Amino acid sequence: MRNFFIIIIIAAFGIMLYPLFDSFSGNEELSELASFYAQKENVEKVNSANLVTAVVVTYRGLDTMGEVTILFLTAAIIAFFLKKQSDVRSLRENTEIFTTAAKLLIPIIIMLGVYIFINGHLSPGGGFQGGAVIASAIILILLAFPNKPFNHKFFGYMESVSGLVFVGLAALGGLIGLGYLDNAILPLGTFGELMSAGAIPVIYSFVGLKVGAELSNILNGFQSVQSDS
Amino acid sequence: MNFLIISILLGIIILAMAGIAIIQKNIVVAIIAAGALSLFASILYLLLAAPDVAMTEAAIGSGLSTIIFFYVLNRIRTTDERNEE
Repeated sequence: MRNFFIIIIIAAFGIMLYPLFDSFSGNEELSELASFYAQKENVEKVNSANLVTAVVVTYRGLDTMGEVTILFLTAAIIAFFLKKQSDVRSLRENTEIFTTAAKLLIPIIIMLGVYIFINGHLSPGGGFQGGAVIASAIILILLAFPNKPFNHKFFGYMESVSGLVFVGLAALGGLIGLGYLDNAILPLGTFGELMSAGAIPVIYSFVGLKVGAELSNILNGFQSVQSDS
Repeated sequence: MNFLIISILLGIIILAMAGIAIIQKNIVVAIIAAGALSLFASILYLLLAAPDVAMTEAAIGSGLSTIIFFYVLNRIRTTDERNEE
């Protein structure tokens, strides 16, 4: 009887949503907003090879700041609720194969993360993606060398300083540029070079550092509340 | 045409992984199925020309969240054992 009701509810949802699927037709051309962003003079104004990054950091920079704030709140709430384990655990060493592979891979993964967020305005990716890749390198460190002390104070400071610099750069855009989060506070440079597109690479580097430090702190928090028995 | 077949195959794999994650009684298998779902979803995003989203999905969806699930699972298990004692 209960299953019957569930099936009826699912079928009703299907019937309700079917008109959306039926009337869907792909867009042949860009929508009004997208074509505004893709206009030639607007592309030249931000001078960024990756248009998605230009939209995310400059036009929709406030949304990015909101996302960063949400992530900060998440990290703060998790740190608030996780009780610190009092006894220091000593875990058994990992196998030689795992530790050697980790030693080889960790620098490469961190470098890939840094590459992704520094080249955010040239190639796909950006601060969030780079930060997540860096955090996955940190989790590899935590898993491979569980007895090494984790300096969570350093990560906390890095996160705070990066967040402050991000907000400061955004405010600087409001003071000397056209508005809050304007990227023209630095010279626009030549199209396609590393230091081009104004403040976008700088802002994205700090976003990447902030996201990486935050996610690492969350993971370390989860690791430090594990217990054996 | 080839592209279409690969996309549909990936979609079927994603649905199968989601089914395993829901139905499977063994939680470890369910967590790994959810991680594999994210991995295949990131390949699908890459094929559908969204490399930015694919990167996030691969790093966070299949990497970090899987490990966080395992940490939480271990934590719940040890707390349960302690309560039984």
